[in-house]
Amino acid sequence: MTIDTSKPAATGTVISARNLVKHFPVRSRGILRRRIGEVHAVCDVSFDIGATETLGLVGESGCGKSTTARLLLNLIRPTSGEIHYAGKDLAQLSRSQMRPLRRDLQIVFQDPFASLDPRMTVFEIIAEPLRIHGLFSGGGAAKVRELMSTVGLNSEHGNRYPHEFSGGQRQRIGIARALALRPKVLVLDEPVSALDVSIQAGVINLLEDLQHELGLSYLFVSHDLSVVRHIAHRVAVMYLGRIVETATVEDLFTKASHPYTQALISAIPLPDPRKERVRQRILLTGDVPSPVSPPSGCRFRTRCPKFAEQLSGPERELCINEVPALTDRGQGHRSACHYAEAVKLV
Amino acid sequence: MTIELNARSTATDTVLEVDNLSVSFPTEDGLVKAVRGVSYTLRRGETLGIVGESGSGKSVTSLALMGLLPGSAKITGSARFRGEELLGKNDREMSKIRGKHLAMIFQDPLTSLNPVYPIGKQIAEAVLVHHDVSKRAAWERAVDLLKVVGIPFPEQRVNNYPHEMSGGMRQRVVIAIAMANNPEVMIADEPTTALDVTVQAQVLEALEAARTEIGAALVLITHDLGVIAGHADRVCVMYAGKLVESGTVDDIFYRPRMPYALGLLGSLPRVDEGRDARLTPIVGTPPSLLNLPPGCPFRPRCPLAQDICDEVEPDLVTVDAGGQHTAACHFSTQLVDTQATDVFAVTSVDVDTEEVAVADTDLVADTDLVADTDLIADTRPVADTRLAADTSEDAS
Repeated sequence: MTIDTSKPAATGTVISARNLVKHFPVRSRGILRRRIGEVHAVCDVSFDIGATETLGLVGESGCGKSTTARLLLNLIRPTSGEIHYAGKDLAQLSRSQMRPLRRDLQIVFQDPFASLDPRMTVFEIIAEPLRIHGLFSGGGAAKVRELMSTVGLNSEHGNRYPHEFSGGQRQRIGIARALALRPKVLVLDEPVSALDVSIQAGVINLLEDLQHELGLSYLFVSHDLSVVRHIAHRVAVMYLGRIVETATVEDLFTKASHPYTQALISAIPLPDPRKERVRQRILLTGDVPSPVSPPSGCRFRTRCPKFAEQLSGPERELCINEVPALTDRGQGHRSACHYAEAVKLV
Repeated sequence: MTIELNARSTATDTVLEVDNLSVSFPTEDGLVKAVRGVSYTLRRGETLGIVGESGSGKSVTSLALMGLLPGSAKITGSARFRGEELLGKNDREMSKIRGKHLAMIFQDPLTSLNPVYPIGKQIAEAVLVHHDVSKRAAWERAVDLLKVVGIPFPEQRVNNYPHEMSGGMRQRVVIAIAMANNPEVMIADEPTTALDVTVQAQVLEALEAARTEIGAALVLITHDLGVIAGHADRVCVMYAGKLVESGTVDDIFYRPRMPYALGLLGSLPRVDEGRDARLTPIVGTPPSLLNLPPGCPFRPRCPLAQDICDEVEPDLVTVDAGGQHTAACHFSTQLVDTQATDVFAVTSVDVDTEEVAVADTDLVADTDLVADTDLIADTRPVADTRLAADTSEDAS
């Protein structure tokens, strides 16, 4: 089987997010539950996903990746911002207006144990979206069986329950359910993080094949940069609610220019002892600041090795006072660092 | 530092010797054989990586030699620490060794720290249990230890409670506790699994610093081959409760001689490889350790499997001239200079049947190689076993 997955087949934008912002209220304890602050989960995030294109969204836990994914599907309402799909702004639509569009926009969740109803058979789980959208009558059962074989499951196992399947097979059930309505955009929220490596590889291959065959657009949310390098065409790196760098997958991994991206790439252990022995590591100090009161200016400056070691006093002023815009600073891709500088790390 | 630490024994180079260790748990359904005859030695100051998928018995092996398994577990074999047998010791005797000579670092730092005491007290406690020193001296040692593992402002942080620290910090506290008594052996069981990559790098750095500071040998248990590649000297690969391959880190990563190890490497996405490299998953799932059938446990997932694999479970035998590299496979000679893509197919299906797709069966048909091993001299003609030549799943 040789599918050429290397060429990005992007033709036109399918779905795009513009200046998405999501603040969650922090409430006081007690009866009144006054609003005492806000978690700045997602701040001014914009991106486009083309047809048959995978956008990888990476970052550490708590950086707002999953919130962004849910905002894109209008599963949670953005505080402000727009989501453009099929000429409509999803953020303005009511639930009933949203429903016909949900056929095109589907999601696969991280945990294959929690996202399947343990009391439904696999057949019923995959048939449910078809029933909800009134597409089951007239060959629904055949559709379900076809979906099962599409995702590499034995179609005779439809009357089994989720607990009878392994983690990898369960994740395939989740993918079959998401594909049931022939969506155009699939949001994959850490779809392989809960799986062992030997099983994870099969699911990654499946996702690549499905994209090729069905012409899907993926938003692939993951904390694992190796998986993202493998599956994505373009990558957006998030830190504390903001996209700090976005580029094609080749550019991002070979000439990362934001200090955070550089630290992230250099922290990934390589399964190659010789390379590991000679590798330079950029170690970050400290932890991610609280999103309730993010640092002023550049949000990464409190952990930035460049800020701490290379920049002079007046240069630091800029990082402290001004939020760096996500623009091309001469590296051919967009980076939100005042002092962006491309570095080859792997 | 005001604490007199016991002089290191230099009598023997081998600190830990595990020999034919087996652990089984009786359950309602029968006996679960979690570990089946694991043997390894750990030399002074070296790092031994133990790698395997969930349920392969990595953790149980270590818990057994620390004496931390529940009473219902049946443990046989032997585990000697500097010649002293550990198995069969009662809890009181083990308590004298645990923490002082053998220390353990667990995966989840939130459950291995006590939430109601400041961390300084918990580190000091570890010192006080084994040393007759003043509380003040123990407290000062706690501050020193926090400095070694890279916690900023240790003088203030020592008063913190675990909930006031982040996951990476807590794990560093756990490392500080483990090294408090300068143990000869530290066992780290998935020390960074719950952490983000940048924090993982910090914690591994702290672990390395701790190890160098006290010169301890380290058993690093993980499922992450990248962590192993960067930190281990030697590697043991576990599958279904057995060691299936062991050797130096270079042996395992560049010259694997057991299909499972090869398959694991082939199924790993890498940051230094682009989109054009496709992955070769190992189809199927690890076997249930309850009523394990005879023969090689990897047989149902193995593209090289022959009749003999159903009948005889291969022993761990030496596969190189130096005697360092061992593998448990009837066909390990066939894996010389092979890539994962030569053996495993690029597939996206998942099967739970006996059918296993083979990428290129030339390997199996190479009779010159097969003739080398008299073990398989009487198996059916190898060329017939194009197992998956006609399984249509490849096409999906």
